[in-house]
Amino acid sequence: MSDLSPTPEYSLDDKDFREQNPMAEFLRMERMPHIWCPGCGIGTVVTSFAEAIKAGGYDMDKIAVVSGIGCTGRVAGYVKFDSFHTTHGRAIPFATGLKLANPELKVVVISGDGDLTSIGGNHLIHAARRNMDMTVICVNNFTYGMTGGQVTPTTPTSANASTTPYGNTEPAFSLPFLVDAAGATYVARWTSLHARNITKSIGEAMKHRGFSFIEVISPCTTLYQRRNRLGDGVSAMEYYREDGEIQHGADTRTVDIGYQGKIAMGKFVDRPRDTYLDAVVKHLTSVIGDDYELYGKTPMEKKAEEEARKSAAGKGESADICEDGC
Amino acid sequence: MSFGNLKKAYGNVHINKNWCKGCGFCVQYCPTNALEMSKGYNAKGYHPPLVKDAEDCRDCKFCEMVCPEFAIFVTSKKDEG
Amino acid sequence: MAEFPKIVSADPKGVLTGRHFMDGDHALAEGALAAGCRFFAGYPITPSTETAERFAERCPEVGGLFIQMEDEIASITANVGAVWGGKKVMTVTSGPGFSLMMETFGLAAMMEVPMVIADVQRGGPSTGLPTLTAQQDMMQVRWGSHGDYRIIALVPDSPQECFDLAVEAFNLSEIYRVPVFIMTDETVGHMHEKVVIPPAEEIKVVERNWYTGPKEEYRPYKFDGKHGAPMVKAGDGYRFHSTGLTHDERGYPALTAEDNKKLLTHLIQKIDNNADKIIRVEESGLEDADIVVVSYGITSRIAIRAVQVAREQGLKVGFLRLITVWPFCENKIRELAGRVKAIVVPELNYGQIVLEVERAAAGKCKVISVNSCGGAVHDPEEILTAIMEGAK
Repeated sequence: MSDLSPTPEYSLDDKDFREQNPMAEFLRMERMPHIWCPGCGIGTVVTSFAEAIKAGGYDMDKIAVVSGIGCTGRVAGYVKFDSFHTTHGRAIPFATGLKLANPELKVVVISGDGDLTSIGGNHLIHAARRNMDMTVICVNNFTYGMTGGQVTPTTPTSANASTTPYGNTEPAFSLPFLVDAAGATYVARWTSLHARNITKSIGEAMKHRGFSFIEVISPCTTLYQRRNRLGDGVSAMEYYREDGEIQHGADTRTVDIGYQGKIAMGKFVDRPRDTYLDAVVKHLTSVIGDDYELYGKTPMEKKAEEEARKSAAGKGESADICEDGC
Repeated sequence: MSFGNLKKAYGNVHINKNWCKGCGFCVQYCPTNALEMSKGYNAKGYHPPLVKDAEDCRDCKFCEMVCPEFAIFVTSKKDEG
Repeated sequence: MAEFPKIVSADPKGVLTGRHFMDGDHALAEGALAAGCRFFAGYPITPSTETAERFAERCPEVGGLFIQMEDEIASITANVGAVWGGKKVMTVTSGPGFSLMMETFGLAAMMEVPMVIADVQRGGPSTGLPTLTAQQDMMQVRWGSHGDYRIIALVPDSPQECFDLAVEAFNLSEIYRVPVFIMTDETVGHMHEKVVIPPAEEIKVVERNWYTGPKEEYRPYKFDGKHGAPMVKAGDGYRFHSTGLTHDERGYPALTAEDNKKLLTHLIQKIDNNADKIIRVEESGLEDADIVVVSYGITSRIAIRAVQVAREQGLKVGFLRLITVWPFCENKIRELAGRVKAIVVPELNYGQIVLEVERAAAGKCKVISVNSCGGAVHDPEEILTAIMEGAK
């Protein structure tokens, strides 16, 4: 223990480190350190997300993060945005309701492969079909980590999981293919090693109008790596480095991942299409008339606006009086 | 080959030894090999990284980006004078 | 701090003032619009679909959004999200959909989210009798989701009451930050009757308890056992967190037995301690009654006939109609049980609310249930027979 201090890199005490950390404005620092395991890639994804927000110049008050249940689901509790930790598989419909009720929000769903594609699969494909304006970041560690390493629809065939102790016999979803087929208009995949690429993709996805889906392959050191004797976090990252291959614009039919197989990465889909709300507003305006308003203002809001207008006008008048008198 | 007035960037590395969980990503992927795992360990038994030679850090901030624990960040030397 | 509850007149845009001839399902939709509901995520299911259809038609006129989601689970979850987006929300369903939504009712209770859900009950279990009436979900609405929590359930007996109780349901949900259920049934839902919708100024609506204090001091929850903390909506800069995990007043997960106690005590006391303010009943002839007929919803319209006939025959029969079924009016039943010979409880099920009556009566008087398998309303004769039985 004596080797650790007092060298320059450890010079900041805990309080200063929390305050000066570039992540300080994005994290609920009072809840650090987080619960994720050594070598888990979720923390990297959170950092990439924060970098994308920084670079994008967004009004951080208007960003809402919704997550489901699982290790990745804990992200909502750690980020300093309006954030919601919802029920298993239901982050996407929650995010749908949130976005539709307050369209000026930028809604980001961050959840895991089991949550989004197994129990949440139906909601995933429908939100993609509708081109609901949201960004979905799926951290794919090929397992249900939080509950002890069970098989998910993305677990590669033959891999070991606690509920497939003799090896997984099922084929896995190719997530980019699935969401592309369902109608997603921005689809990308990276691994947690490619932190800067993730940032760039998140930036593009958040600017993209419509359903954006970013899959991030990430290590689960405690369950998937260990159960399959694949080594630790560095072993996983080395696998990503060796077998990750950038294929921007690849046909999503060709990007499935076999057990420890090639990982095709990059931006696969980026096409423009009316979002759900665009389509609703456009159509209803054409059917009902130009006075169609999506929500309109309540009498309370109208009254508040009226009063604000009056007081602003009133200030103008009294300023004149003051100038004359002073 | 002349690079004209190109200056090297230098960075100061700050590490929270308590938050580090010894995953080794920063050590593995630092492009100038400026970090190594320490022999000492923190209260949880993990070996946090330490900077081998402060002159080696090029302020690329990749360790800051890849660390899953938010336990390491780099400040640019030129900002600190 | 703003006054609470803040009561205002309804937004005239959503009020279809006038005398109408409409069914219960449509009246529910009109009541919700009058109360300020501007978001409805739903899924079709007989016999509730008409409410969703009415919303789909009226939303664009009124300035609201209707979306048919891919299933009931998506519908109710989207509604919870929409509340955090700042809207008043409602959905309708029937038995099978109600069961699907159960997990999310727990989430709504846990996140203390004001919302209204209508269950237009039909024969069950499972797919059951999609087009025929029943009152078989009365216990489910109270206990259906896992864990310990409290909800409010109102039961209308007519399309007019569907309108009135819809407004009441929204008001109660905003005051107590709790999901409120409207338990109609297929008969009331599909029955066409006169529905009078008053002018907007006469409809009193409770505004959401919006927080108005300094941003740094905001806490999304307050475990005061009264009505909880004021609300905000996402996008207003409060950077709050809300979770379905057991949490503390900051909204952060707090997973110890002690934290759970603080939270659950609040969720339960919020309703239990305010029961006398929440409970509404309709009563007649209770002062000198020997037998009391306790009923709710459509059954009460048959029960009142049986009560009339029994009174004509000289029996002293009281009539108690539960408008609020949950929280249950146990004090009233306790008091009645101490002085009447019998309480007769007809319901369109095999005995659900009668269990509450028995519990509250604690053996002090006879409790006679008039069960039914559902599918059709009672014959007044059945209830009259039970009243005679009680008079012995």
